[in-house]
Amino acid sequence: MNKKFHKLPDAKGHFGRYGGRFVPETLMPALIELERAYGKYKKDRNFLNELKSLQRDFIGRPTPLYFARNLTEHVGGARIYLKREDLCHTGAHKINNALAQALLARKMGKTRIIAETGAGQHGVATATGAALTGLECEIYMGSEDIRRQALNVFRMRLLGAKVTEVSIGSKTLKDAINEALRDWTTNVRNTHYVMGTVFGPHPYPAMVRDFQSIIGVEARRQILKAEQRLPDCLIACVGGGSNSIGLFYAFLKDDVKMTGVEAGGRGIRTGMHAARFAGGSLGIFQGCKSYLLQDSNGNVLGTHSVSAGLDYASVGPEHCYLRDIEKVRYTYATDREALKAFELLGRTEGIIPALESAHAIAEAVKTASKMSRKSIIIVNLSGRGDKDVQEVAGIKGINL
Amino acid sequence: MSRIEQVFKDLREAGRKALIPYIMAGDPSLEATKKFVSDLERSGADIIEIGVPFSDPLADGPTIQRASERSLQQGTTLKKVLALVKEIKQYCGIPLVLMTYFNPVFKLGVRRFIKDAVGAGVDGVIIPDLIPEEAAELTGPAGQYGLDTVFLLAPTSTKDRISKVAGVSTGFIYYVSITGITGSRLSMGKAMRDTLNSIKKASEKPVAVGFGISNPQEAARVAGLADGVIIGSAIVKRIAEGRDIKRFVRSIRKAV
Ligand SMILES: Cc1ncc(COP(=O)(O)O)c(C=O)c1O
Repeated sequence: MNKKFHKLPDAKGHFGRYGGRFVPETLMPALIELERAYGKYKKDRNFLNELKSLQRDFIGRPTPLYFARNLTEHVGGARIYLKREDLCHTGAHKINNALAQALLARKMGKTRIIAETGAGQHGVATATGAALTGLECEIYMGSEDIRRQALNVFRMRLLGAKVTEVSIGSKTLKDAINEALRDWTTNVRNTHYVMGTVFGPHPYPAMVRDFQSIIGVEARRQILKAEQRLPDCLIACVGGGSNSIGLFYAFLKDDVKMTGVEAGGRGIRTGMHAARFAGGSLGIFQGCKSYLLQDSNGNVLGTHSVSAGLDYASVGPEHCYLRDIEKVRYTYATDREALKAFELLGRTEGIIPALESAHAIAEAVKTASKMSRKSIIIVNLSGRGDKDVQEVAGIKGINL
Repeated sequence: MSRIEQVFKDLREAGRKALIPYIMAGDPSLEATKKFVSDLERSGADIIEIGVPFSDPLADGPTIQRASERSLQQGTTLKKVLALVKEIKQYCGIPLVLMTYFNPVFKLGVRRFIKDAVGAGVDGVIIPDLIPEEAAELTGPAGQYGLDTVFLLAPTSTKDRISKVAGVSTGFIYYVSITGITGSRLSMGKAMRDTLNSIKKASEKPVAVGFGISNPQEAARVAGLADGVIIGSAIVKRIAEGRDIKRFVRSIRKAV
């Protein structure tokens, strides 16, 4: 069974019955070109060396695997390690993928890159990659997210990117992706679309996974060094699913439990959430077949999460597959639980996590408390919380 | 021979080109859609494309996006559009083609969609986010039931794509005249002529050109190169502004 993972997706981008390519024909030549270019450069020594040295000197890899002693004592269960993606340059794991795709775009002779962003982290990462590689950059962002993440909007502009507001539909991430896909459809000849997560048409889910898999490769080595054994459990939040698959991928052949945490929002019953596995069904959306929050007529439902980065109606197709074969368990944390974890980590460890990552922390606290003190958990701390400080202050009724 | 193929054959023999207007079902209401279909038929349409609204129409520009939003607000669903077609078909003599994104079809069930569509009198279906590689589930049964499945080609299409798409498309081939979304500005250069020539070489099937055609002059030029002219956003925009569409469509008819 385990060998099978590493052959997925198949040649047409399917992970079992998920994935594939559901796009306008106009984009097909670009997807085929990208698939070929990626297939070539992932084996190209120069490309890999350039990427490796930038990962080290620019992103700051390897990121530490930090034993959270205070949090562990506070919970009184399993030993909790944090994979510190929050210490990546620009503050989240998103740069691992964005920088690699910017390099690839330049190799492909593209002069312009575009991206969608929800929390703004992927937008900032893409703008950073564009600045570094000398490519023109335009970022699409829903007006609701622009409001929630004003700091990141200004960061992108400082980096030289054009930020375009999307005010149609639900005005969040999904609408930004529609608009980015429309831009790509129009400017496909000189433009590369930097998809920010393991979603969309083939080859994005596989390519983004590969670029993020360094998280797990490092974590595996680091935990073996620190504890001389593999962890019992991995936990990560799941928006599109890139930081989680980035952590999980290197452990898929191991006997390690894995948990993905979606956004429970105000609770599944309220309909105001982004828990695709708990509340969704199979559908086709923005380029692939996957679990989708939709109504009975196949229209995509609005989602809600306190964290913009998890506020999305669908989830990466490989996650659906990993769930079907029971390799990964998926659960959710509510807004309230995430906000509690957000503060808890700040107070116990002096680390303010991104609200997205706080969902993983919330689940880690639950899981760790049920495990023995000898057990080991690794939580992916996918990003830092600076971007969320203003939003959290607002929720607490404090005007900054 | 399907009804759509028959229309193209008759036109070809008469030395004429097909006029294919597009409207969004349920914009501003399903009642209005009925009237628009009659208007279009009387103004000289050969085939009518009826859009099914979807929450995330990623191949469409702002004009059709807004029409889609308005229609959804009216509560339009794929099932209601199928019921509407059934009514319309009692008096409408020309072929009707549904244009819908894939998810509403998938959610209804592809087989059930085909049965219901054929039962309602739908002649063909265009799904802008479905490529031949993912379409076996649709094209197999659609062929059995006699529902045409129209696939799209674009200025970016390579030889490989042209032969693949031309091979599976039935009824006609939809050539997207611009590298872009619906309602963009048309550019009719050599590239379009070259791609149309390659399509013609790859297949005998009729080719209709759409996306970005907004006036009689453009329609006339496109008609010089293809078997049919599709006009969408320009009509949808007139409907949104509450303007008459009959005269506009007649002026296109004359030009084509
Ligand atoms: C810090 C952080 N974590 C997680 C996510 C969710 O994305 P993914 O599931 O692809 O890791 C985001 C998305 O913006 C993010 O910014």
